[in-house]
Amino acid sequence: MRAIDIKLWRELWGMRMQALAIAMVIVGGVSIFIMSLSTLDSLFETRENYYRNHHFADVFASLKRAPLSLVKRIREIPGVDKVETRVLAYVNLDLEDFDDPVSGHLLSLNANSTGLLNQIYLRKGRLLDPGRDNEVLLSEEFAHAHDLQPGDKLAATINGRRKVLSIVGLVLSPEYIYQIAPGAMFPDYLRYGVLWTARKPLASAYDMDGAFNDVTLTLSKDGNEQDVIDRLDELLKPYGGIGAYARKDQLSNRFLSEELKQQKTIATIFPMIFFGVAAFLLNVVTSRLISLQREQIAGLKAFGYSNFSVGLHYTKLILMITAIGVIAGIGFGIWMGKGMSNIYMAFYSLPFMNYVLNAEVIIAAVLISMGVAVLGTLYALYNAASLPPAQAMRPEPPAMYHTTLVEKLGLQRWFSQPTRMIFRHIERRPFKSLMTILGISMACGTMMIGGFQEGAIKHMVEVQFGMSQRSDLTAIFTEPTSQRSLYSLQSLRGVEHVEGFRVVTAKLRFEHRSYRTSVQGIDPDGSLMRLLDTRLKVIDLPPEGIILTDYLAEILHIKVGDMLTVEVLEGDRPVVQVPVVGMAKEYLGLNGYMQLNSLNRLLNEGHAISSAWLKVDKLHQPHVYAELKDAPRIAGVVEQESAINSFYETMDETILFFTFITTLLGGSIAFGVVYNSMRIALSERNRELASLRVLGFHKAEVAYILLGEMVVLTLIAIPLGIMIGYGLCAFLAFQFDSDLYRIPLVLGLKVYAFAALVVIGSSIISALMIWRNLAQLDMVAVLKTKE
Amino acid sequence: MSPDSQSQHQALDENVVFHVHGVTKVYQMGEVQVSALRGVDIDLQRGEFTVLLGASGSGKSTLLNILGGLDTPTEGHVFYGERDLTRASESELTEYRRFHVGFVFQFYNLIPSLTARENVAVVTEIANSPMQPGDALKLVGLQDRLDHFPAQLSGGEQQRVAIARAIAKNPDVLLCDEPTGALDSKTGIVVLQALQRINEELGTTTAVITHNAGIAQMADRVIHLTDGLIGNVYKNDTRLRADELKW
Ligand SMILES: Nc1ncnc2c1ncn2[C@@H]1O[C@H](COP(=O)(O)OP(=O)(O)OP(=O)(O)O)[C@@H](O)[C@H]1O
Ligand SMILES: [Mg+2]
Repeated sequence: MRAIDIKLWRELWGMRMQALAIAMVIVGGVSIFIMSLSTLDSLFETRENYYRNHHFADVFASLKRAPLSLVKRIREIPGVDKVETRVLAYVNLDLEDFDDPVSGHLLSLNANSTGLLNQIYLRKGRLLDPGRDNEVLLSEEFAHAHDLQPGDKLAATINGRRKVLSIVGLVLSPEYIYQIAPGAMFPDYLRYGVLWTARKPLASAYDMDGAFNDVTLTLSKDGNEQDVIDRLDELLKPYGGIGAYARKDQLSNRFLSEELKQQKTIATIFPMIFFGVAAFLLNVVTSRLISLQREQIAGLKAFGYSNFSVGLHYTKLILMITAIGVIAGIGFGIWMGKGMSNIYMAFYSLPFMNYVLNAEVIIAAVLISMGVAVLGTLYALYNAASLPPAQAMRPEPPAMYHTTLVEKLGLQRWFSQPTRMIFRHIERRPFKSLMTILGISMACGTMMIGGFQEGAIKHMVEVQFGMSQRSDLTAIFTEPTSQRSLYSLQSLRGVEHVEGFRVVTAKLRFEHRSYRTSVQGIDPDGSLMRLLDTRLKVIDLPPEGIILTDYLAEILHIKVGDMLTVEVLEGDRPVVQVPVVGMAKEYLGLNGYMQLNSLNRLLNEGHAISSAWLKVDKLHQPHVYAELKDAPRIAGVVEQESAINSFYETMDETILFFTFITTLLGGSIAFGVVYNSMRIALSERNRELASLRVLGFHKAEVAYILLGEMVVLTLIAIPLGIMIGYGLCAFLAFQFDSDLYRIPLVLGLKVYAFAALVVIGSSIISALMIWRNLAQLDMVAVLKTKE
Repeated sequence: MSPDSQSQHQALDENVVFHVHGVTKVYQMGEVQVSALRGVDIDLQRGEFTVLLGASGSGKSTLLNILGGLDTPTEGHVFYGERDLTRASESELTEYRRFHVGFVFQFYNLIPSLTARENVAVVTEIANSPMQPGDALKLVGLQDRLDHFPAQLSGGEQQRVAIARAIAKNPDVLLCDEPTGALDSKTGIVVLQALQRINEELGTTTAVITHNAGIAQMADRVIHLTDGLIGNVYKNDTRLRADELKW
């Protein structure tokens, strides 16, 4: 090896702790980059494969009832390729040893078939046998949650009649990757399942012989999606169609798309922070190294090394440090990516996960980190390369110090001499001090993101279920019924309070924008459902007009006072104009709210309700469930609290993984910045501090001068970091907003405290390591060497 | 003959290695201008051992740095043989230093992370027909210290490594800035012996800056610098050997 390269290796070894501290930050950037992009690619690829191989439909539509003869006309719509009709029912399920209400979607499926479109994936057991009326296939997640196997049995209340079904297989479906009950917020595999059963018995139970109430289709290559949807809507209108929608609006697919979008944001924002900090650290470390080696550089040039080869020499050093970070980062990133993919596979019902690691991702990670490293140190490298050899032979001029601002303000008499040294040193290098503060605050900010997720979800739940929706149970009737049905619910033992409400599917339109959702008619005097304004105050629902979820108003670009067109997609399908009278804050879904009476007037339906909220005495809850399960007119019962709890359980692992990673990464930034700053301060002030020791200062007093500076910088950095963290969380919350959910920006004291503590902890660790160096401060040797 | 054509003529003289003509050097220090050299004319002969004497700040290092291609004069010309160093580009100067000049610095300028042998190798690796690093170190009597790091060497040993490093490339000229400045007389003499030996055995043109008038006795020629100007120049009729010096 050439002597000059030996120098490189020895110096790298000599500064190994500093190099490692920088490499750790690079590891953070590279690993998150690789993790999120590979997870993104994997998820995307897996979804595409799954959709393609299982013929996931392009357009979906539900309706009340249409004869099978209509299929021919659907097929004739230009642009339609394959069409499949189904009978679909929402049913109550009855499981042994499980008292809570369980509901499910029951879908028709031909014998020995996985279906034409949205083909199921058989995981265990077999497909449906012909001629068997009571066989059923179960979604795997649901079966696992209840420990059900092929051969087991379960009961369902199908159109009011209890029927025992025997499970023959466990399956997955591209339609239910994110398996969530209608109107629910989180998946709950214990209380919601999807089932497939033979078409004939299901059809006859719902009077659907020779008919269907659900249709899905794929488009031919040249098919125009919107055109097909419009024509299909036209065709289904007389049969109670509630509006067709495209694949991109399909619920399960929507959630998955949002997830992909979030991964993308993470893939950009986090690495940006890490690379920025790494560039800064490399800059300070190389600048220092180069100024320490002024004479060596001059010597090399005097011997005939060119400016270029001197520049290259230090570039190599930077690239070597970066390479350590990149290599470890790639490894760590792949490990995290696989971990994330597995979490996703468990969280979403995917039959397989192709872990995809594109070469482009690796190449991009390498190029970006190397590029950033060189860019960040360009100035220092330029200085090394352009240092005139004769100049460099003279020692660097003594550093310029000034009296500080605090002293100019006349506060100096409060400070001891060492304290003045601290302030003067900070003020002498304002840019470096600022960057150090910024680096530490970035660490603080990064860590807040970990805690933010958890807090946001808790807040969402508290507002949605603590303040707004306060019922214990929601009972959904098989069809709109009279208000009198409430009496029978009220009379159940344990039911404290009941409120009926009406839900209709409708297309809300303003100017050229529209959104398909539901309008709820609610009792203005009710206490189980209250609308909240942005400050979480309860809003009164006026007798006329409609209140919209604030985010829906944003989507439609509508304001209070404008006239909203409501196209009801049920019953007589009236199209009416309703004034917007207010906005409600909601974190989940998008809805319109009206007084029950005024909605019913629009629908011309008298005093009908379609569902009811129940407040139930905890003690009697099982009894109430049992009664509701057997009630013929009740299609399903949804219980929120347990759904939330089970969601927390599934999220726990994810949140823990995420918190672990953000803490590790945030801590590594803090450590990298603090340790390097102190090492450099120590090297710059070696002589000064040793002289003080010679003059009789104690080790602790000397340490105070050095570490005191870091304490000051850290204390400034923490509040700034909290502000940056708040900004980052706000940005993420804004990025993650969608019509499915809005992430509230709430950060508990715990989040701030945790971030601050990790930063302080990392600083203490670096301080302890520096203490060891201080102990080795050699008074004699230091004073002997020339300046 | 005009002074210009005369200098041209002298530059072509076979035995003149350096021809310095009308060299000034002005440093701009913010508002103030410092004139380090104020019109220097001097020739150095092939194989000559020259000693530069002068008070602190008289411009010795500045002149030596200009001769070595480390710095360029503000005005005037410096010829190395037929080559005008003042017209040379940055990369030509680098080539010049790489293949022709050996430097010994007052403060050694060793690379602390490299051993004695490796410090020499840094130079021999980019030279044309260098000695083996080990041989160069043997010349200065350091054959037993090959694998020591600078921190493990005494000041005199470090200076001798610096000399070994300067001579290892078999340079045409050897420029030394106070090579004994930081050494006691005994070690200083060992270092000077090494320089003398190289000058005699290899015929290397050598220029040595010193504050020590005693050292002047071993030179062929002594040049005094005062305030950026050449003062007294004289030849020694009899050169003393390094080990005969006293100070
Ligand atoms: N890079 C520089 N910038 C400004 N002034 C300089 C620079 N280098 C040298 N000088 C000034 O030029 C003058 C000559 O400096 P030089 O280093 O040549 O002196 P010297 O004779 O070598 O002195 P010493 O014996 O102390 O080493 C001095 O006044 C010095 O301050
Ligand atoms: Mg000098």
